Amino acid sequence: MSGFLAGLVVAVLPLLAAGFWLGRRTARPQHLGGLGTPVEHATFQTLHTASLATPPLRAGLTEETARKSARKLRSLLGTDALCLTDLTDVLVWDGAGAHHRTEIMERLAGPLETGRGEAFPLVCDTPDCAVRWAVVAPLTVDDRVHGALVACAPKESAVLVRAAGEVARWVSVQLELADLDQSRTRLIEAEIKALRAQISPHFIFNSLAVIASFVRTDPERARELLLEFADFTRYSFRRHGDFTTLADELHAIDHYLALVRARFGDRLAVTLQIAPEVLPVALPFLCLQPLVENAVKHGLEGKTDRCHIRISAQDEGAEALVVIEDDGAGMDPGLLRRILAREVSPSGGIGLSNVDDRLRQVYGDDHGLVIETAAGAGMKITVRLPKYQPGVHSAGRIGRG
Amino acid sequence: MNSGYAVPAVALVLVSTVLVGAFGLRISRTTSDFYVASRTVGPRLNAAAISGEYLSAASFLGIAGLVLVQGADMLWYPVGYTAGYLVLLLFVAAPLRRSGAYTLPDFAEARLASQAVRRLAGAFVVGVGWLYLLPQLQGAGLTLTVLTGAPDWLGGVIVAVVVTAIVAAGGMRSITFVQAFQYWLKLTALLVPALFLVLAWQGDGAPGRAFDEPAAFREQRSVRVQDPLALRLDRPLTVTVDGTVDGRAHDHAAVRLEPGTHRIAAGTHLTFAAGTPVPAAGHGADDALSPSRAESRTERPLYATYGLILATFFGTMGLPHVVVRFYTSPHGVAARRTTVAVLALIGAFYLLPPVYGALGRLYAPELTLTGDADAAVLLLPGRMIGGVGGDLLGALVAGGAFAAFLSTASGLTMAVAGVLTQDVLPSRGVRHFRLGTVLAMAVPLAASALVGGLPVADAVGLAFAVSASSFCPLLVLGIWWRRLTPPGAAAGMLVGGGSALLAVAATMAGFPGGGGALHALLAWPALWSVPLGFLTMILVSLATPGRVPAGTAAILARFHLPEELRSEVTP
Repeated sequence: MSGFLAGLVVAVLPLLAAGFWLGRRTARPQHLGGLGTPVEHATFQTLHTASLATPPLRAGLTEETARKSARKLRSLLGTDALCLTDLTDVLVWDGAGAHHRTEIMERLAGPLETGRGEAFPLVCDTPDCAVRWAVVAPLTVDDRVHGALVACAPKESAVLVRAAGEVARWVSVQLELADLDQSRTRLIEAEIKALRAQISPHFIFNSLAVIASFVRTDPERARELLLEFADFTRYSFRRHGDFTTLADELHAIDHYLALVRARFGDRLAVTLQIAPEVLPVALPFLCLQPLVENAVKHGLEGKTDRCHIRISAQDEGAEALVVIEDDGAGMDPGLLRRILAREVSPSGGIGLSNVDDRLRQVYGDDHGLVIETAAGAGMKITVRLPKYQPGVHSAGRIGRG
Repeated sequence: MNSGYAVPAVALVLVSTVLVGAFGLRISRTTSDFYVASRTVGPRLNAAAISGEYLSAASFLGIAGLVLVQGADMLWYPVGYTAGYLVLLLFVAAPLRRSGAYTLPDFAEARLASQAVRRLAGAFVVGVGWLYLLPQLQGAGLTLTVLTGAPDWLGGVIVAVVVTAIVAAGGMRSITFVQAFQYWLKLTALLVPALFLVLAWQGDGAPGRAFDEPAAFREQRSVRVQDPLALRLDRPLTVTVDGTVDGRAHDHAAVRLEPGTHRIAAGTHLTFAAGTPVPAAGHGADDALSPSRAESRTERPLYATYGLILATFFGTMGLPHVVVRFYTSPHGVAARRTTVAVLALIGAFYLLPPVYGALGRLYAPELTLTGDADAAVLLLPGRMIGGVGGDLLGALVAGGAFAAFLSTASGLTMAVAGVLTQDVLPSRGVRHFRLGTVLAMAVPLAASALVGGLPVADAVGLAFAVSASSFCPLLVLGIWWRRLTPPGAAAGMLVGGGSALLAVAATMAGFPGGGGALHALLAWPALWSVPLGFLTMILVSLATPGRVPAGTAAILARFHLPEELRSEVTP
């Protein structure tokens, strides 16, 4: 009996899950059903259909996104067939009469050239063809034609011409937003590229000065430091790939700390606590080193005695938790907030705000820097790095030089 | 058994696990230590950790129990559990690591760029994880019952609470060291008593015929029947009965039972004379679960064996807690080396449970009657050696058994809770992870209360069957076939894994009862559900050629090219 019950539970669970999923998929339109007059109801429906068609279009006009949005757009217009094209090809044909594809593309040459809508009858040999007539509305972004929306119907209809024009304008706005998204991404990519090579000039100057001071008194030490410097700069100037592994980033931090320690001697104490499970995690190139540099700067600022920096990386299931902590001067939280919001420029070096931006860009807003600080109370920076993120792959294998 | 030693042993395992977990971190304070602190996990350490996580209650207790009850046929279990890693090594290990995926849903997303397939894979991870957690909890309950006489459910609840607490409190901070420690603990806990047992067996004159059919009592033995029992006899049997047989009460009377089926009431004492063959037992009709499966196996042993082989060979690669451990390897080559080391470590371990099973057939054959065959490993030291030495060895085995429940259960709970938090529960955050942990453990705990006497190794076999029918096609085709499409992958997982899951559910529900071809097909689904999954995935993919993800060539290149070459390929 108990076995039967258990089997029943196991059998019912997938059904429950499927039902839950279906319910969530279909819940929203029903919510709206009870509200307002029939007219308002129709408005809600239209707005809802439009909002469903939005997300795919926000990724630009491609075969994939056209396919995903075409059905919604067709139900928005209520036509028998709807087709989205780019400048050369039909991207998707939703509904009846797909054999008109080539004819449509031939007739589109004019509207695509001029950017003006057009309506024309279709030539068809099939006797019971459902579509006899087509409305073309071009899709434009910044006054440049990117493609066209074609709605087909059995007979001429002025309402459809008007509606198709409006929907095409709405789709154009979405595509413009997609364009904006793209340029924003490009901007941040350019920013990351610009940031990558940008190790602090002060650091280069200071390191060379320290090495120079050792050349005569302790040539062996000077040679070691020069090698550390070479390793660090080689890592910083590396050209391939936007991502690295936590292991490589930590090695770069080690080289960096060796040079800093040569300058400050015993005043700087560093503790490392690394869970080996998280060393293969991929992360944006040089996104922890600036945090360590910041900790060193704040830790030694205005203090004559020792400064202690703690770097830890822990395994947290699907994420790696990296904490960089110093016991230095700290910072006024209000000022820090303004720096992160880019209202004031940081006093020097690579700002925390840049690391924060890059983390948010790569992993989403949930994964920005978490900073705990107060004036005179040190600073603790926490970074959560997902072990897997689509599109984040470290270049090369870890553990080299 | 004397619980005076066993309980401290179990407590010691718990405490040492927590201590290793909390303090096993490498800390460095100077530059020279840095390379130690940031050294990646080597193949041998990682392999020990994978083995520690993998060797579950099914391996530790279940195999010996099955060998005890059913003889040498059951040696396919350890073979299958080990050989799964061979398939993993050949087809999956290195490309999976190079894909950068941490979990199976991650892999689905990395390969197919589809959220829908990701969610589906997540659902199957949860399903397989729950199916696999169930026998762990049952095994814990059984162990505690045998050791202390505590009620059946208590051991499961203890493991569930401990694991949930550990995982929800932020997990083991140095999970690799913990799991590696658990492997060596389990190996020791099985190896040392096994050596003594074999010596005792030698001292006993090395009696052979362990695999004679059927097993026979070597000396006079009294058995107390705990649950109502149906004895099936092929020839007459004379036995001393104190209790109720076939509705008639006896008081220490010698009864001659004719061939046929006899019902023994609960609480009856049966005393068998030396040399009597052990009769085949089935439990009461309403509790038809394990014996019916066992019967169907004897009816169609070849089919069942093939089903088992297919499920274990192809199911290992889809176990959620095994897959996440490969992420710890620094690169693809290390992942392969790790798998080779895992094969060696697990192979060594699996030599031991059959020894216990064989010795159990000689020294504790009555366990088949009481339905506690899975307890053979725990009882043998006390039975064969006795005294303080036997108790100490028994305590060592008990500690090892708890290590098995703990390590596998915590790994599975982590994996299931991770998927629940990420893909099922609404938004993310620490509190949601805790909720996911509780949910991940609560469902199998409730199920283990419902399902009574499912043999531990059989239950694990069902989890393997579902994993083999859903994830094996996804991984193998995803890595080796460039025309796989998201609809194909989704359909294949649904049809293959879904049908295996339904077959499992039907079997658990006792449908269709009584045996026969249909029953065998449902009880051992892998033989048809794995090809079905592959076929569906291939056919649907071929039918949707337009949906091949855009970057497939680049993705497959990344899966298969060694990391050294990658930097030259990607600009």
